[in-house]
Amino acid sequence: MKQLICGILMTLCLAGSAHAAIDAYEFNTEAERERYRTLVEELRCPKCQNQNIADSNAPIAMDLRREIYRMVEQGQSNEQIVDYLVARYGDFVRYKPPVNAKTLVLWYGPFALLALGLGVLAFILIRRRRAAASPSAHTLSEAERARLATLLDKKRP
Amino acid sequence: MKRLLMLLPLAIFLFVAVFLYRGLFLDPTELPSALIGKPLPAFSLPSVEDPARLITAEDIKGKPALVNVWATWCVSCKVEHPVLNELAKRGVNIYGVNYKDDTAAAQKWLREFHDPYLLNISDAQGSLGLDLGVYGAPETFIVDKQGVIRHKYVGVIDERVWREELAPLYQELVDE
Repeated sequence: MKQLICGILMTLCLAGSAHAAIDAYEFNTEAERERYRTLVEELRCPKCQNQNIADSNAPIAMDLRREIYRMVEQGQSNEQIVDYLVARYGDFVRYKPPVNAKTLVLWYGPFALLALGLGVLAFILIRRRRAAASPSAHTLSEAERARLATLLDKKRP
Repeated sequence: MKRLLMLLPLAIFLFVAVFLYRGLFLDPTELPSALIGKPLPAFSLPSVEDPARLITAEDIKGKPALVNVWATWCVSCKVEHPVLNELAKRGVNIYGVNYKDDTAAAQKWLREFHDPYLLNISDAQGSLGLDLGVYGAPETFIVDKQGVIRHKYVGVIDERVWREELAPLYQELVDE
């Protein structure tokens, strides 16, 4: 039991220090802090496969956090900061890739598939409705109707 | 028509299978460099051998070369080092970027393991590394006579990598 509590406490301490490493920067305004936070959360760490700069403990992520902090303090815009990193590390660092010829399928592929699915659905529905509406299947000719009437009349008491 | 439609799932399967098969052999840790076709970023940093001397991008121009990013804290750089020595012996121009390292440790390393570099740039703060888009070490750039980056290789250069991937391009730049 004691060991368990010890373990939990140690984990909590470690978690605390990890956060401290991220939040150690002092900002002049709350808006700047907010901007910094969005940027480090939106940008991907080049060394890690699927971690943003905020979460990663890789040395390169620390450097990039410092660099982003510096640029935020200098008053550079979000676009400038993102462009600065993209110029060095490529589009890989953006979790939201730009729309260009290479990413066209990525951005619009799902919509194309959705349209294709709707098209197939519409095709099936129309065919079914047409089949239902076609005279051969469910409507009776004049002669058949007359015969049906006589049959029904006969049954009637 | 009906029969062709029945083949559609098979066609879709084959299409997806080709993509997945290709995915098996892709290395997701390999990033294409954003700097291919661009000149080396401007810098002015001290030399490892002689900290009083400043090296700039101008010093790298003039001949095709490898620009190798290394550090004494980088374990795989130690593996790569003998290969670089061998390449230097064969006359390949190699420049070093000593990335976020302690200069004294770097000097000791070069004394102990032999120095294959024509010049060694001391990038203690990692500022040149950042401009080069370095995210680990070792990384090696191939630059042409004009100092334009033509290729980037991430990871340890061994005989096979050199022979198959880098040597043909390097030779092409030498012949240019």
